[in-house]
Amino acid sequence: MADVCAAFIILGIAAYAVLGSADFGAGFWDLTAGGASRGARVRGMIQRSMAPVWEANHVWLIFVLVITWTAFPKVFGSIFSTLYVPLFLAALGIIFRGSAFALRGQAATINEARVLGALFATASVLIPFAFGAVLGGIASGRVGVGNAVGDPWSSWLNPTSALIGVIAVLTGAYLAAVYLAGDSLRAELPDLAEAFRRRALLSGALSGVVAIGGLLVLRSDARALFDGLTSGGGLAMVLVSAVAGVLTLALVWTRRYAAARFVSAVAVVAIVVGWALAQRPYILPPSLTLEHGAASDATLQATIIVVVIGLAILGPSLWFLYRLVLTGKLDSTYEPLDQRFKPVE
Amino acid sequence: MAGLLLLAQTVADPIGAQPDMVEARQMQALSLAVHIPIVCFGIAFPAMFLFVEGLYLRTGDATFKALAKRWSKVALIIFAVGVVTGTILSFEFGLLWPAFMSRFGEVFGIGFALEGISFFVEAIFIAIYVYGWDRLSRRGHFLTGIPVVVSGFAGSFNVIAVNGWMNDPTGFKLANGQVVDPQPWTALLNSNLWHELIHMYLAGYLVAGFVVAGVYARSWLRGERSLYVRTALVVPLAFACLAAPVQVIVGDWAGREVAERQPVKLAAMEGLQRTQEGAPFTFGGFYRDGEVRWGIEVPRLLSLLARHDPNAKVIGLESVPEQDRPPVNIVRFAFQTMVGIGTGLALLGVWFVLAVWRRGRLPASPWFYRLVVVAGPLSFVALIAGWIVTEVGRQPWIVYKVMRTTQAVTAANGLEVGYVALILVYVSLGYAVWWLLRRLSRRPEEVGSG
Repeated sequence: MADVCAAFIILGIAAYAVLGSADFGAGFWDLTAGGASRGARVRGMIQRSMAPVWEANHVWLIFVLVITWTAFPKVFGSIFSTLYVPLFLAALGIIFRGSAFALRGQAATINEARVLGALFATASVLIPFAFGAVLGGIASGRVGVGNAVGDPWSSWLNPTSALIGVIAVLTGAYLAAVYLAGDSLRAELPDLAEAFRRRALLSGALSGVVAIGGLLVLRSDARALFDGLTSGGGLAMVLVSAVAGVLTLALVWTRRYAAARFVSAVAVVAIVVGWALAQRPYILPPSLTLEHGAASDATLQATIIVVVIGLAILGPSLWFLYRLVLTGKLDSTYEPLDQRFKPVE
Repeated sequence: MAGLLLLAQTVADPIGAQPDMVEARQMQALSLAVHIPIVCFGIAFPAMFLFVEGLYLRTGDATFKALAKRWSKVALIIFAVGVVTGTILSFEFGLLWPAFMSRFGEVFGIGFALEGISFFVEAIFIAIYVYGWDRLSRRGHFLTGIPVVVSGFAGSFNVIAVNGWMNDPTGFKLANGQVVDPQPWTALLNSNLWHELIHMYLAGYLVAGFVVAGVYARSWLRGERSLYVRTALVVPLAFACLAAPVQVIVGDWAGREVAERQPVKLAAMEGLQRTQEGAPFTFGGFYRDGEVRWGIEVPRLLSLLARHDPNAKVIGLESVPEQDRPPVNIVRFAFQTMVGIGTGLALLGVWFVLAVWRRGRLPASPWFYRLVVVAGPLSFVALIAGWIVTEVGRQPWIVYKVMRTTQAVTAANGLEVGYVALILVYVSLGYAVWWLLRRLSRRPEEVGSG
């Protein structure tokens, strides 16, 4: 039963790594879009694409937290008391990202929109880096079991954490560019779609290079993780991810964004699953196994019941939401972000 | 805001305090005080805009649609802020109380798992509802609002269940300080669940109702009598005014449950030092050296309230050693504040209900509307005061009579840095939201904009 609950957590992390990351990636492109008038069209598209879905996407994080503290309470306590610095930074980032994004939609002057936009975008880069660093600390065996047992600094300021943090930012940017290219085409803005296509190709290629180069980092810094990723199920998933990544690039190259949307998600999900398989049977390497970190059977059973019922409700609800989004039913009219601040001509 | 911070700062435990624990509790109190009013809107606001949309469906009058649309947009912004403040709370459970989570997560966690699912449903459907105006069929759009109402209720059900459990920990056994044989369902459906849930649920309607009504009561006092303003005033007012008198009855029920299960908390609420039969109730004053000074004492009233029997025995603070007692003055002052405001709101509710029922129209006196304007902030104060009663009243325990708060706190350093950062963030967040809602309220009505 511990395996089933761990699978739920991996499902949640994978969903967050796709959907949440794409929203953070949108923030990355918002940050790098240039000055207020040059970046206005890109920012307008980001605002329009993210608005209906970012809250639902964010809830996957809550899902991961509650399942972890219910099914693996010791693990939750150990992670949060050791990695409190990046987690606190992520929490602050979450406040700024969500509220600044929601408030920017109501800004009345271009200066207000710029300040809020800068907050939203900076936080969107900080959060995935911080979460990546947390995963790096866990995966490289730097979280001790107990109340603040691991080192508060080296547990996340280390090569593996830095690597996964950077990969989290880059893959988010990549996913976002793919999705925004598709959304722009649906909004009948082919030149904007081209702009996002260029960004997708660039960030996709860069993610691939960093991921391959990162294997060398893992080899020297987290040998057990490296071995897990280069053998058995871990290796299979790494290969799936690599193939899906290359295929996405090809699909973006040929402007088939709808297919690219799904294949790019496969690439991210595969690497999350690969990480889980690579550190099996440990939940907190190098010593705490899934079985030892898990709650009692009664709790695991209750968790499974709740999640199965929950997914039975959430599955159709999410399908309904994304179907409405992808068929353009929830689209608001597109306008460049600086448009509403210009005098009506 | 400054008042809030003061409140948060008073939530300090003078006994057995260690600096980290005091800061951790203040951070948690601050974050809860920011999040709980948002929860009130999550509970009650969807029911209000859905009711107004129902009026639109029945009458076809575009005024109702414009109002429901406006409120749903406000609700989405409040929800967005609630998403982030709620996330902070779940982070804080781990960042501040890792030992509590490690030991008891498997007992009460299931409540949060259920809450997570409700939250998810709420996030999905509030987005569909708000972005689906004019894009879904009229009936279909109305139906997408129903999961928002239901999940708002389900979410508070589960969080309250966990709080109820902390006050009445059941569903597990302890062996050498370790939890054995957890029964998560028993823990979830603990004895405190129902009265805490209904008390909070009504509080949600009181706070959201009076705050929203207060906004439009101002327009009313300026002489605006359009259908738009009239509807926007009457709907939240009706919800709040019907809830207010009922809240007094539920409050009495909650008080008797506390008397039964947490007699020391009740003793702190009243400042009752020694266990006695026919215990008096003291209004005002403050507790010092084992007695309430400068208060007005009404003989036997406490026994009557707590046990519905003027001669019943009520347990005093003396029944436990000093290190097991909560800080009396904070709990007692918060309790009297809550009861005082609650009584006032109930009277206001009765005024409204009588005027509508007996004379078939809204109260004529401008004083009624002035009181409605102040009822919003006051109901918020009562809400926070009520949570101070239950949370500070449980001290020094995080899990009542099982785990002390000092045993739960993180062993990590640097809490003061986080505390200062959090205060700054919340102050700026509060300012930004206030600024935004003001901006929204100044926009022209969207009647006829499709």
